[in-house]
Amino acid sequence: MFNKSLVKTPIPEQDPKARAGNFSEVALGYTDEQAISEASRCIGCKHKPCVAGCPVEVDIPAFVLKLAAGDPAAAYEIIRSNNALPAMCGRVCPQETQCEVLCVRGKKGDPVAVGRLERYAADWAMARPRLEMAHAAPNGIKVAVIGSGPAGLTCAGELACMGYDVTIFEAFHKPGGVLVYGIPEFRLPKAIVTYEIDGLLAQGVKLASNCVIGRSMSVDELFSDGFRAVFIGSGAGLPTFMKIPGENFNGVYSANEFLTRINLMRAFAEDGDTPIMRARRVAVVGGGNVAMDAARCALRLPGVAHVTIVYRRSEREMPARIEEIHHAQEEGIDFQLLTNPVELLGDEKGWVSAMACVRMELSEPDDSGRRRPVPIQGSRFEIEADCVIMAIGSSPNPLIRQTTPDLQVNKWGCVVADEATGRTEKKGVYAGGDAVTGAATVILAMGAGRAAANSIHQDILAGLI
Amino acid sequence: MYDIIEAMRYNPAVKRLTVNAPMVARRARPGQFVMLRVNDAGERIPLTIAHSDPESGAITIIFQEVGKTTAMLGALDVGDRLLDVVGPLGIPSHLDGMKKVCVIGGGLGCAIAYPQAKALFDMGAEVDMIAGFRNRDLIFMEEEMRAASSRLTVCTDDGSNGNRALVTDILKEYLEQGRAYDTIIAIGPLVMMKYVCLTAKPYDLPVIVSMNPIMVDGTGMCGCCRVTVDGQVKFACVDGPDFDGYKVDYDEAMRRNQMYIQQEERDMAAHRCQGEGQNHV
Repeated sequence: MFNKSLVKTPIPEQDPKARAGNFSEVALGYTDEQAISEASRCIGCKHKPCVAGCPVEVDIPAFVLKLAAGDPAAAYEIIRSNNALPAMCGRVCPQETQCEVLCVRGKKGDPVAVGRLERYAADWAMARPRLEMAHAAPNGIKVAVIGSGPAGLTCAGELACMGYDVTIFEAFHKPGGVLVYGIPEFRLPKAIVTYEIDGLLAQGVKLASNCVIGRSMSVDELFSDGFRAVFIGSGAGLPTFMKIPGENFNGVYSANEFLTRINLMRAFAEDGDTPIMRARRVAVVGGGNVAMDAARCALRLPGVAHVTIVYRRSEREMPARIEEIHHAQEEGIDFQLLTNPVELLGDEKGWVSAMACVRMELSEPDDSGRRRPVPIQGSRFEIEADCVIMAIGSSPNPLIRQTTPDLQVNKWGCVVADEATGRTEKKGVYAGGDAVTGAATVILAMGAGRAAANSIHQDILAGLI
Repeated sequence: MYDIIEAMRYNPAVKRLTVNAPMVARRARPGQFVMLRVNDAGERIPLTIAHSDPESGAITIIFQEVGKTTAMLGALDVGDRLLDVVGPLGIPSHLDGMKKVCVIGGGLGCAIAYPQAKALFDMGAEVDMIAGFRNRDLIFMEEEMRAASSRLTVCTDDGSNGNRALVTDILKEYLEQGRAYDTIIAIGPLVMMKYVCLTAKPYDLPVIVSMNPIMVDGTGMCGCCRVTVDGQVKFACVDGPDFDGYKVDYDEAMRRNQMYIQQEERDMAAHRCQGEGQNHV
C-alpha cells in the first residue's frame, strides 16, 4: 500500500551518548517492516530521475518497488547488477546530493530513503548464502588493477564478470584502501568490506598485497609481465598540511595518519600494538567527511574530554554530508565555524599545546562558487589542544607518476584520464577515482572503476591494446 | 608469508635476519627500506635493507631490540615467518660518480651504512669507513665493514676496544690530514649526524644523512615521517630517507622520535612480563 507520509522512515541509531564511547556502527538499519513501509513511499515514476543521479546507474525504482513488495532477494539482485558494493554505498554514498535530491517525493517533503533501503537489501543478502554472480567464461587475458579501494574493487569485479584474469595490487597488508584505513568502523563496519572483497576473490580475482606499484614494481613491468591493461586506482593518499608554524610539533597528525592508526592498525583496541597518543583535548581542522571521521574517532578514544572542529567557512559550505555533521553534533563535538588556524603553539618539550585561530567572515564567491572566507582583523584567540588533526584534503600519491614517465599528470599530481572512459594518454593504462579527481567520494570512484572496466573490455575487443 | 631462512645474533641487542622476500629483493638498492609486520596485531615498522640477493630472493635486515615489535622480531628464528614485508621503499642512495667517500656509521647505523660502503667499494671508490659504538660488546659487522672499505676505524665511547673516540674525532683527524672526500655519508643517531655536519662544515664537504623517523605506511600516505629540510617539510619515506645533512632540522627530528616513547616503554614492560609469565608455565 502506498505510503503517503511526507517524512522518511527514521532509521534506528545508537544513542549519541552511548556511541560516543564505542566504535560500533551508529545506524542500526531498518527492520523488515520499516523497509517495506519506506519503500512504499516510492511512486515508481516512469522517468526515474533518481537513476540519473547515481554514478553507477542503479535502477532505483525497480529495486525499491521489489522491497515494497517484500522481495529483498530480487531487490538485491537488481542493485548488484550495477553496483558491486551495495552494502557500502547504502552507508557512505552522499545520497542527498545524488539520487535522493532528484526524487519526486522530495519536492514536497522528504525524498525516498534510497540509501537506507539499499543498505537494507544488502544487509539482508549478506545474512544469507552468497549470491552467485553471472560470470563469462574465463578468457585468460590478464588485467592489473592498482589499488584495492572502491575504484579498484569495482573495476576488478566488473572485469572478472567479463571473464578477465584480474590481479589487484595493494600496497598495504590488507585490501580495501580508504574503506579500511580511512572510513571508521562506526560508519562502515570492516566486516562488510571483508565480505565484499571475499566475494571478489571467490569470483577468481587475485590479490597481491604488500606490493607498492612504483616501488616494488613499475607500471611498465606489469606490461612486460603479461598484463594487457592496467587500471590505476591508487587514490589520493598524500596528506596536505596547512604550512602554518608549529605543524611539526608532537601531537599534530594528518587525518590520514590518525585514521590509519585507528582503523587499519586498530590502535584503539587492546590487542593492537600500534600506538596512538593519549590526548585530552583534540582540535580537528577541516569541514569534510574526513574531518568528521577524525573528530568522531578522537571522541571515542579513552581519555579524550573535548573535541573541536575548526572550519574556516560556515556550516552551509561544509563539504561533509549533512548526516555526518548532524551525528558529530549529536555526539557533542564542538564546532568552531568561520574560524581559521594561523599557528600551532607548543610547550618546551615540543608538544602542541594550543591552536591560535582567527575568526573569519564570508565575502564574494571564489572559484569554487563558495563565498570566500576572509580574516577579521584583531580576532585572534587560542583553543587549548594537546592533539591537532589536519583534515584539509589529500592529493594523489607520487610513486606511480614518478616511475611512469609517459603518464600525464596535472599540476596537482592527478593522473590525466578521460572522466567518461578512464582512458589515459598511455596505451593500455586507465585510471579513475581519487587518483584522477583528487579526494572525492566512494561512489564516484566506483563509477570511474566501472567505466574503465568497460573501456578496457571495448579496447581489447577492438584490438587496440 | 615471508620465511626466515637465516637468523644470527651479533650481540645481546642486535640481530640479523635473512628473509625470503623475492618481490623486494628483485629491485632493492642501497639506502632503501622495508616495512614489516610480525603478526596480525602488530605495528608496521621500517627497517633498512642491509643486503639483498635478487637471485635467491632473500633480503637481510639488521635491528636492535628497542621496543615490543623489535623484541618480538628478535625472538624469531629460522623456520618462523614474518606476516608482511613491503618494499623496497624510499629513494635509493645516489652513489653514482663518487670516487672518494667517508662512510660513517654509529651503532645500529653501521648496519645501514654498510650496504652503502659496500656498493661504493664494489664500484671502485675509495671508502674510508668510521664505525662508532658505545662499547666493545656492541661492536658488530666489523669483518664485513673491513671487507667493504679501503680503511676501517672502529672506535668506542668508553675506549673498551682500545680506541676511545667519537666518530667525529676520527673524522676531524682525517679531514685535518687533508683527505679530500667527494662526499661524507653519515648514518646513526640524530645527534651523531648533526655533529658530523658541524665537523665537516669548515671543510665545505657535502654530507648525506639517512633519516629514520617513525612511520606508519612508508609510502607517503600518513605524513608521520615528516622532517624539515631547508625549511621545507619532506616525507622521509617518499622524499628520502637520504637528505643533505646540512639542511636537516635535527632538533625537531629528535623531538618527533620521542612521540610514543612512554607508550613504547609501557608496551615493552608488558611484553617482558608476558614473556616471564610464559617461562614459569
